[in-house]
Amino acid sequence: MADTAANLGEGVGVSTRPGFLRRLFHNMPAKIAALPMIATVLIVFVGCTIWTIYYSFTNSKLLPTGKFVGFEQYERLFATSRWNVSVWNLVSYGAMSLVLTLGLGFLLAVLMDQKIRFESAFRTIMLYPFALSFIVTGLVWQWIMNPTLGLQGTMRNLGWEGFTFDWIANPRMVLFALLIAGLWQGVGFCMVLMLAGLRSVDDEIWKAARVDGIPTWRTYVSIVLPMMRGVLVTAVVLIGSGIVRLYDLVVALTNGGPGISSEVPAKYVINYMFSGGNIGQGLAAATMMLLTVMIIMIPWAYLEFGGKGRRS
Amino acid sequence: MSQTATMPGSAPAITDLAVDARGPRPKPFFTPTKIIIYTTLVFFSLYFLFPLYVMLATSLKTMPEIRFGNIFALPTAPNFDAWFKAWGSACTGLTCQGLSPGFWNSVKITIPSTVISIFIAAVNGYALINWRFKGSEIFFSILIFGSFIPYQVMLYPLVIITREMGIFGSLQAVILVHSIFGMPILTLLFRNYFASLPQELFKAARVDGAGFWRIFFEIMLPMSLPIFVVALILQVTGIWNDFLFGVVFAGPQNYPMTVQLNNIVNSAQGTPEYNVNMAATVLTGLIPLIVYFVSGKWFVRGVAAGAVKG
Repeated sequence: MADTAANLGEGVGVSTRPGFLRRLFHNMPAKIAALPMIATVLIVFVGCTIWTIYYSFTNSKLLPTGKFVGFEQYERLFATSRWNVSVWNLVSYGAMSLVLTLGLGFLLAVLMDQKIRFESAFRTIMLYPFALSFIVTGLVWQWIMNPTLGLQGTMRNLGWEGFTFDWIANPRMVLFALLIAGLWQGVGFCMVLMLAGLRSVDDEIWKAARVDGIPTWRTYVSIVLPMMRGVLVTAVVLIGSGIVRLYDLVVALTNGGPGISSEVPAKYVINYMFSGGNIGQGLAAATMMLLTVMIIMIPWAYLEFGGKGRRS
Repeated sequence: MSQTATMPGSAPAITDLAVDARGPRPKPFFTPTKIIIYTTLVFFSLYFLFPLYVMLATSLKTMPEIRFGNIFALPTAPNFDAWFKAWGSACTGLTCQGLSPGFWNSVKITIPSTVISIFIAAVNGYALINWRFKGSEIFFSILIFGSFIPYQVMLYPLVIITREMGIFGSLQAVILVHSIFGMPILTLLFRNYFASLPQELFKAARVDGAGFWRIFFEIMLPMSLPIFVVALILQVTGIWNDFLFGVVFAGPQNYPMTVQLNNIVNSAQGTPEYNVNMAATVLTGLIPLIVYFVSGKWFVRGVAAGAVKG
């Protein structure tokens, strides 16, 4: 840094030292004020991430002091059934959650956009779960889905003997239990985003489509939806990065159970780092999470910023 | 009704038709499309409201009533016993003090974290718009991209850093971590807001000789009340609802409310008391719900603002 600045100073014909100092002290209050941001970026976002990636290649157990072992932690990671289950859960939950959140969010936004009455009441009802924590969400649904006293028990007591809603205790259905709770919390948010997107579409477009006799559903699918690209991309990125982080909801609703059938990568990381006493393994898993997010983020960043070139 | 007066002699039965004759024919309220729309919306509203109802109803029942009744039923004799127990004497795995210590810990975490993170972000946004320096945009870009890195990636190094600082396992550590991870979204918020203000104000103050902090406190801050409200809503709900940072950084005696709640419900011994569990859940959700219902449209704005990129 210092070298470049000094060279630049030489380049414009100013003596090196004062040029550098003037550059450094120029705009000094702003630089001091931005120190927390600079420190956060350099120490946390860059420093900590590099640290984690580096130590994921060591055999650290209780303390991060292990020696370099190459990809050994990663080989172990993908040989561990709990990790593979976690990844598979995240992929299947993530796909279902992404599609349903976007789909229901868009559907509800379209319905809300039909000049209906009580719009703000409906919005209040749909968005309030988003204000609640995943812990609260998970615990409420855990109670509702309680096989003996929850919805299933109530329906059976009311005379519907065959009613079965034991997803929370059923390894094959537990992801759907997670999905019901997750959608409950997140669909309202997606709806608000989509509604903002729908409202940003010019009325002239609608008039033109109507004049041309295009059916409403067709206008939505072929004209309005492509015009909402920005909102859609934002929604996908936000929902996607939320899914990768999925942790609290699982802890509250199922705690990974029954058995390991609802484990997720974020929980794997925390368990290995803080209670499993196997830091290297936890760090390797965390690095895999980072890689996943990069795979989602890089195409987005390319689409958003790649084509347009640098601003100003 | 006023139209009726202008149509003397028309029978009451056709009055409505006479009114209809003016302007385009209004659509009847109950068209099939409308019925489908409202039915769908009401169906989803029930899905969204059901847990809130169950949570409240269960918390007001007694245990026998829960065991022999059904989950839809209203409490026969609503009482707040479970609420008092949840607040003051419910047991986690460790102690039997209820949620109240967690509540106060959450207060002690939320207030400073909110103030610090909003202040830092406001200054950042202001510096990024009005006092650009070499590299400021690069730092900002990394900050925004950094907000997508899963927390798990940075968690262990942060544990080491806070331990070296001697604050691991204390409220300060949680506050520090919240201030760090609140920075990207809030900085984005303030940066976009300051960018939308007229630059002439800043330039005029600059010409008059006002410096960095003077312009910030005397010109920028008084104009940014709306964005402060949005940031406040975002941070208070976000920090109150946090679980991960609390459980990792706070240490058992400083656990925030969410962690205590999860311990009460998921790791208590003995027969579970569902009314107490639900009362505890309601209590934990109360602050964000109050913020949500009081702030109304502002919450929607905050949510949307958080989602709009700069």
